[in-house]
Amino acid sequence: MRAWLRNPWGQPRALVVVTGGYILWSLVPVVIAIMFAFNAGRSRTTWQGFSFRWFTGPVGVFHDPALQGALKHTLFLAVICVAVATPLGVTLALGLQRWRGHGAGTVNTVMLLPLVTPEIVMGVALLLLFLKVFPGLGLGTVPQAIGQVTFTLSYVVVIVRGRLVSIGREYEEAAADLGAPPHDQILRVVLPLLAPAIIASAAVVFALSIDDFVVTQYLAGGASTTTVSMLLYATARGAPTPALNAIATVALVITLATLSLAFFVYKRFAGGGDAAVAAAMEI
Amino acid sequence: MRSRWTWKALSAPGVIWLSVFFLVAFYAVIAVAFGNEDTYSAPIPYWNPLDWNVGYMLDVLQDIWNRGQYFTVFVRTFEFVAIALGLSLLIGYPVAYYAARHVHGRWRGLVLLCLILPFWINYLMRMLAWINLLSPDGWATKFLHYTGIDQIFISLGLLANEGGWLDGQPVTVILALVYGYVPFLILPLYASLDRIDQRQIEAARDLGAGPFSAFRRVTLPLSMPGILAGCVLIALPMFGDYYTPDLVSASPKTNIIGNQIDQLTRQGSEKVTGAALTLVLSAAMLVLMIYYLRTTRSAGQEAAEA
Repeated sequence: MRAWLRNPWGQPRALVVVTGGYILWSLVPVVIAIMFAFNAGRSRTTWQGFSFRWFTGPVGVFHDPALQGALKHTLFLAVICVAVATPLGVTLALGLQRWRGHGAGTVNTVMLLPLVTPEIVMGVALLLLFLKVFPGLGLGTVPQAIGQVTFTLSYVVVIVRGRLVSIGREYEEAAADLGAPPHDQILRVVLPLLAPAIIASAAVVFALSIDDFVVTQYLAGGASTTTVSMLLYATARGAPTPALNAIATVALVITLATLSLAFFVYKRFAGGGDAAVAAAMEI
Repeated sequence: MRSRWTWKALSAPGVIWLSVFFLVAFYAVIAVAFGNEDTYSAPIPYWNPLDWNVGYMLDVLQDIWNRGQYFTVFVRTFEFVAIALGLSLLIGYPVAYYAARHVHGRWRGLVLLCLILPFWINYLMRMLAWINLLSPDGWATKFLHYTGIDQIFISLGLLANEGGWLDGQPVTVILALVYGYVPFLILPLYASLDRIDQRQIEAARDLGAGPFSAFRRVTLPLSMPGILAGCVLIALPMFGDYYTPDLVSASPKTNIIGNQIDQLTRQGSEKVTGAALTLVLSAAMLVLMIYYLRTTRSAGQEAAEA
């Protein structure tokens, strides 16, 4: 204490308090929200004992048709989004990494734009696109998936390109020297080296898709295309039962489990968790 | 020569995708904003710039010029975002500083995990958590009442009545924005503080600077790019936000520009005016977007050269 009084800037006790306080402030409300998913009563604000009724009961996540539908639709969109955005992003990253000269700079800027465009601008743009350019598609699942792919694509490119930079061109050049044609260099040398980054970006796309709200809401068409995020938005201030906390908890567990799995795969195969943390920082 | 084509061909699907669903989509906003409405007030886009009808855009710009409703909303948006940015920096900078400079060993991983976690918790779930806590019989409301903090807010004119945190209070919206976006500020701040060469600070200390002066004259200027990048990174989504005010206030008194656009385009049938307003917002954001892209690109080039 005396040392601190003599030199309050040398010892970061004030910083410890601020940081500790921040971490509690940022996480405890969510922990409480998860806790109330297990409330025995109908309240989201008064604790009435522990129960699984909002998960397994008749109006719980696993039985209520509306909740179940939202959860299934969310996961369906996430799977589609991963299946489309990952290959698109990987090929774009490979191409952009090597493509020199005319057009490369423009494509690079356009690729980064979705990362910094306010989501509502993308939401309005895609809504008008599907209303006025592709009116035959209508709104709903297909436009939702397309919208999510459009803004998750850039994340894949950024992650994969980071890995491409760190593995360098030596392996590829060695393959070329040994007579491998370009497609063999990509398929048999570069892709296996990229595998950890591809898995990491697939997990990131999956998580982004599950958590996405704006684009998904703008392109929704009717109750069957409601996702967990949309349900949270629509009913957080209305119908108050802990079932809402329960469905948010289920989505959170799925997201975090996917990301942890990808993190460990990345750490195991790409050498060190620092690269994974760096990749997370990049975003 | 053939291999050069390989790379272009590999890029092609992604380039086509972004062209159609990003560039053409954005052009659709322009075509609608400079288009017209049919008798059922559905938008009719004018794709050819020679046909453009500037009437709707002029109405929006005139309203802003004459300090009409859109002007009020724009000013409110800037106020909310500016205050939220200031508070976010006040919270985020010390946290990032502490994590980057004073946490070592295995604690570092744990602290970083705690700082990254909010990133991957659904934004709406984080808002839901606060809606429950701040409802009239919620735990936070009770705590704030028990400690007398709500009385301080009431006497400062920031809160209308006890337990009324969620009935359209600007202070709740601003604090919710801070809560929502501060994790996204901390990570770039952390990255820039972590990159600072410790020896530069030691040199300042060796030359006689006190710890505070070393911070003010070495650490702070060196972390300035991170501060600016982080602020831009969270200002952009704040400007496009509509769900935070909807969820924690749901009152027209706290409408920001995102709410206005959302009401005109998604919920309402004035899509032409909504598109015009979207263009005005995009133009205002363009400077921030270009700044961010330029700084990240030059940082990327430095990393590639190193």
